[in-house]
Amino acid sequence: MQTPAPFEYERATSVDGVIASLGRLGSEARVIAGGHSLLPMMKLRLANPEHLIDINDLEELSYMNEADGEIRIGALTRHVDLLQSDLLAQRFPLFRDAERVIADPVVRNRGTIGGSLCQADAAEDLSAACTAVKGQVVIRGADGERVVGMDEFHVGPYMTAVKTGELLTEVRLPVRPGAGSAHEKVERRAGDWAIAAASAAVWMDGGTIADAGVALGAVGLTTIHLSRAEEVLRGKQPSDELFAQAGEIASADCAPTPDGRGPVDYKRHLAGVLTERALRRSAARAMNEEA
Amino acid sequence: MNVSMTVNGEQVSKDVEPRMLLVHFIRDTLGLKGTHWGCDTSNCGACVVLMDGEPVKSCTTLAAMCDGHEIRTVESLERNGELDPVQQGFHELHALQCGFCTPGMEITARALLDRNPNPSEEEIRTAISGSICRCTGYKNIVGAIQWAAAQESATRQEA
Repeated sequence: MQTPAPFEYERATSVDGVIASLGRLGSEARVIAGGHSLLPMMKLRLANPEHLIDINDLEELSYMNEADGEIRIGALTRHVDLLQSDLLAQRFPLFRDAERVIADPVVRNRGTIGGSLCQADAAEDLSAACTAVKGQVVIRGADGERVVGMDEFHVGPYMTAVKTGELLTEVRLPVRPGAGSAHEKVERRAGDWAIAAASAAVWMDGGTIADAGVALGAVGLTTIHLSRAEEVLRGKQPSDELFAQAGEIASADCAPTPDGRGPVDYKRHLAGVLTERALRRSAARAMNEEA
Repeated sequence: MNVSMTVNGEQVSKDVEPRMLLVHFIRDTLGLKGTHWGCDTSNCGACVVLMDGEPVKSCTTLAAMCDGHEIRTVESLERNGELDPVQQGFHELHALQCGFCTPGMEITARALLDRNPNPSEEEIRTAISGSICRCTGYKNIVGAIQWAAAQESATRQEA
């Protein structure tokens, strides 16, 4: 039987209360939302917090809206709500692509976007999706809020820019014209972690790619931001040759490790093919040409 | 700590350790053995119960997190000696062999039909994709849920 080690539990009633508790309890405290990443780690003693602060009652962190040129998503927004959101599917369809293949519907009823990002598992899909669309996160602490780009969010495996005493409260996705995006994933069986996954976004200006975003999941110690591929894409016209070139960069710039999901050369191959596919679909969506 | 919640329509209040998982609270503290405890890693779906009407995996939920919430287990499906149409469907179509996955499958199917009375086969397969059956395959389970949907649809038309 797997049961977490003993801990103290408290149910938060406000964000300020969470910040105060985190400040008081220090590094021995962890926030729990859906719990579908944290509880399994606690069962395996990979995480042993002495205090759990349950934020599930904080309705103020569960929302999704568009204002001032960005989509704002509260940290407690659950996978099921991300999957079902027409706003998100219209602006950034890669989220619906990703949510369809994140775990299963029962897990998606509990898991949250904030929890997924803070877990910072390299194989986690939303980290790649948020990185590809150049998202930002809002982190709140005792001294107020700071906004951190997804580029600077992952500082190592399972480690993020969220420091002791801080809470990730919101995800922001800048809305720009001409956007198309897609997420591609290959897994061993339905609901499993990715063998490899690629998130892509393009922002078209006429027939030209004004900007691009590409990120990979499961093929490195953290989510991999493919800035070299983005540079190659910028200013070009979409073509199969261009996307194949980006795919080659993905194969070269990823850093997979061999495991039960496959050897390194297979994962590099997948990273390239999935990047190519995600870019092709992104461009087709941006130009409303998707079949 | 004390936790209070509604389980199958009855208010329960118990002292538990904060680390107690909902599946053990249901099975061991309340003695409701219908909910099965399977993989312990939120993969198999044998432990699925409804929390405020939505299926959740009770092996990956703390009992403490359910304080103030409403839980429904497989025991709530049968009412006054009459099986729920989902249970009848499983019986009619032989949708189980060993029965280990059955409580999770049935309670997940109940939640699906409550939200979507006429699901397509694909919607049924998606809804139960968080539950694993190692005996029958899924054909008869899908058929049982379709049987229940048809049965309930016919009952509604009569009413």
